[in-house]
Amino acid sequence: MTEHNAHTESTGGFEPKIMAFVCNWCTYAGADLAGTSRMEYRPNVRIIKLPCTGRIDPLFIIKAFENGADGVLVSGCHPGDCHYTTGNYHARRRWIGFKHLLEFTGIDMRRLHFSWVSASEAIKWVDLINKITDEVKALGPFMEYKGLKEKAAE
Amino acid sequence: MPRIGVFVCQCGNNIAATVDTKKVAEEMKKLPGVVFTCDYKFMCSSPGQEMLKQAIKDNKLDGLIVSACSPHMHEKTFRKAAEAAGLNPYQCEITNIREQCSWVHHDTTKAVGTVKSIDLTRMTIERLKKNRPLKKIKIPVKKRALVIGGGIAGIQAALDIAEGGREVILVEKEPSIGGNMARLSETFPTMDCSQCILTPKMVEAELNENITLLTYSEVEKVDGYIGNFTVQIRRKSKFVDEERCTGCGECIEKCPFKTESAFELGLSKRKVIYTPFPQSVPNVPVIDAPNCPKIQKDKCGACAIVCGPKCIDFKMEDKIVTEEVGAIVVATGYQLMPNERFGEYGYGRIKDVINGMQFERLASSSGPTGGEIRRPSDGKVPKNVVFIQCVGSRDEKKGVSYCSKVCCMYTAKHTMLYKHKVHDGQSYVFYMDIRSGGKRYEEFVRKAIEHDDAMYLRGRVSRVYEKDGKVIVQGADTLSGSQVEIEAEMVVLATAIVSREGADTLAQKLGIGYDKYKFYNEYHPKLRPVETVTAGIFLAGTCMGPMDIPESVAQGSAAASKVLSLFSADEMAREPITAGVNKTTCNACWDCVTACPYSAIERDTVKDRQGNIVKWLARVNEGVCQGCGVCVAACRSKSIDLRGYTDEQVFAAINSF
Repeated sequence: MTEHNAHTESTGGFEPKIMAFVCNWCTYAGADLAGTSRMEYRPNVRIIKLPCTGRIDPLFIIKAFENGADGVLVSGCHPGDCHYTTGNYHARRRWIGFKHLLEFTGIDMRRLHFSWVSASEAIKWVDLINKITDEVKALGPFMEYKGLKEKAAE
Repeated sequence: MPRIGVFVCQCGNNIAATVDTKKVAEEMKKLPGVVFTCDYKFMCSSPGQEMLKQAIKDNKLDGLIVSACSPHMHEKTFRKAAEAAGLNPYQCEITNIREQCSWVHHDTTKAVGTVKSIDLTRMTIERLKKNRPLKKIKIPVKKRALVIGGGIAGIQAALDIAEGGREVILVEKEPSIGGNMARLSETFPTMDCSQCILTPKMVEAELNENITLLTYSEVEKVDGYIGNFTVQIRRKSKFVDEERCTGCGECIEKCPFKTESAFELGLSKRKVIYTPFPQSVPNVPVIDAPNCPKIQKDKCGACAIVCGPKCIDFKMEDKIVTEEVGAIVVATGYQLMPNERFGEYGYGRIKDVINGMQFERLASSSGPTGGEIRRPSDGKVPKNVVFIQCVGSRDEKKGVSYCSKVCCMYTAKHTMLYKHKVHDGQSYVFYMDIRSGGKRYEEFVRKAIEHDDAMYLRGRVSRVYEKDGKVIVQGADTLSGSQVEIEAEMVVLATAIVSREGADTLAQKLGIGYDKYKFYNEYHPKLRPVETVTAGIFLAGTCMGPMDIPESVAQGSAAASKVLSLFSADEMAREPITAGVNKTTCNACWDCVTACPYSAIERDTVKDRQGNIVKWLARVNEGVCQGCGVCVAACRSKSIDLRGYTDEQVFAAINSF
């Protein structure tokens, strides 16, 4: 059991765990700006920084759910602003293709979000995290993959 | 078992106010592989860094985590400290518990912040366990540069690099360097003659020992990467031996055939053997092969007969030369939008409707009229001239959405030049807005209006037509709210500046980006304005978008200084965040090759001792790879991975979520 779960249980009520895969250049910097601007948002998100959303393997998303995430966010530079010129287009294309596959594997699409947050869009980041957290909270914990990892270990 | 140290920073009260740093440190101690943890007031301070170095040595740490501010702030600082203590710098990872935790969760009981910091730090620890030591990539640098385009930006870049003591190859498509600036009459806002300030620079470029001029040449193919480009240049046949030609001009004199002059924009004719303009550099004529009867039909040959040094060779063919360079400056410039698109203004139909560049030629003392303003149809001096601004610019429907930036200024200049030459003439300017941002620019426009009586009318022109030898211009004056009709004798269109024809083809050869107007993209529009995303290729001047002469020159110099700083060391070091291929599992599907935005992945082979190809596989060129990781996600057989962001590392972080 992770510390996070211990905390949710002590406070009572369901607190979702959100995993965010973000690119280093836009969204990560946007999230940093939210910090330097001392904004406040729900603490449920854990960020994994990657160079580009184009680096994101759809397996990352499945693994995140398998490891107890109740919601996943993928966010990078706006189309046309990619630090690597076209990386986010690859991410978008993959997203379109894999969306249906992920849905097929039992993931409720309302738990999975894709967004563009630039380095200057701290407010967008804050709103996005609050929105996703509240939505996923309303959906309740993600049970479809529960025990999958343990079963695989057996 | 790894020996990891965890250092939790309090950042004064920035982190400590909402995160119990001591508890974070204690909790981390419980994780397998963590042998040392502590929290400290300011990890980035000198004592903080000293403590970190000491702890590495005392505890024989092989990896460390600093839970502190954003890695964008102090990753370099701590990696440097780790390196100083004998550790591979890439064995140091940062957890962001300030910008993404303590500063955004204001819970002063510290419960929320502490839990999140513990989670984040744990994820980083698990990630670190999968880190491998990395070495900075060293790339040897060839200290020669290629400049593409011999306009003012390219000349400036070439001169500056040459002054810095490095060899430069300056490639120009036309028979002479000089570019568009060579066509201009006088330049705003100082009104100094363009030729007078440009030609000395052209001559300087020709005489500089470090500069090799390759005129009438085009870049054919570019291979390689920063520090190590191989460029093939097509030297189009001039039919004149450059080495032997003395530039006497006898051949031009005796050539009996004439054709339209491209340099004069159709306003006059030139000989078939020609130099574009009298001050051409190099002063070597070329034969316009498609129009030369000798080359086409083996008739004439007068030039070869009169040529003293016998340097004319009708059999001369194109040559491909290969040059090795370390850096490339692209300064290919602009052209004007073809006016034929603007039928309502009568261009192409009415002879006395010309564009701004043609007016420059009329006003130029070396131009077809010797500097007298005479209209093309009958050579009469026009008494009423209408200037129409924003022809194609700021017109998304018919033209381009952007502002061409220099037209407001050159039109003001044109009205002045006109007034100075035709004292009893009247000029009218139809404009949308006057954009005169720049040093002494606004004053310049005011002067045109107040001193040289230019009549500025705010509004668009709806129709231009011919009547009794006059050009009637119908338009609106929105300030007085009335329709105006002007009986003009000549109309000058301030046509939009657009990218060069073939700009996209060259960009593809170079592997640089361009926008929807085919203007080249800078790396960052504000902070890296002369670099491209392709390392080692720089930009200067109007190939990036409309700009004026001072800007182009500044960019030429800026690009040159970038080149010189690249050439200041024998080797350059690069971050080792690059992709690498697993040679055993790669099955050569080339998905990575198509996905790579930098063409950094090559098709390679494995050969046996006899030299037979055993296997095809992808190979990453580390000099070109920028480490985006697009290929990794594209690879079906999981045979390519990104150092610093390997699948193992990312999955380790996810698994400890």
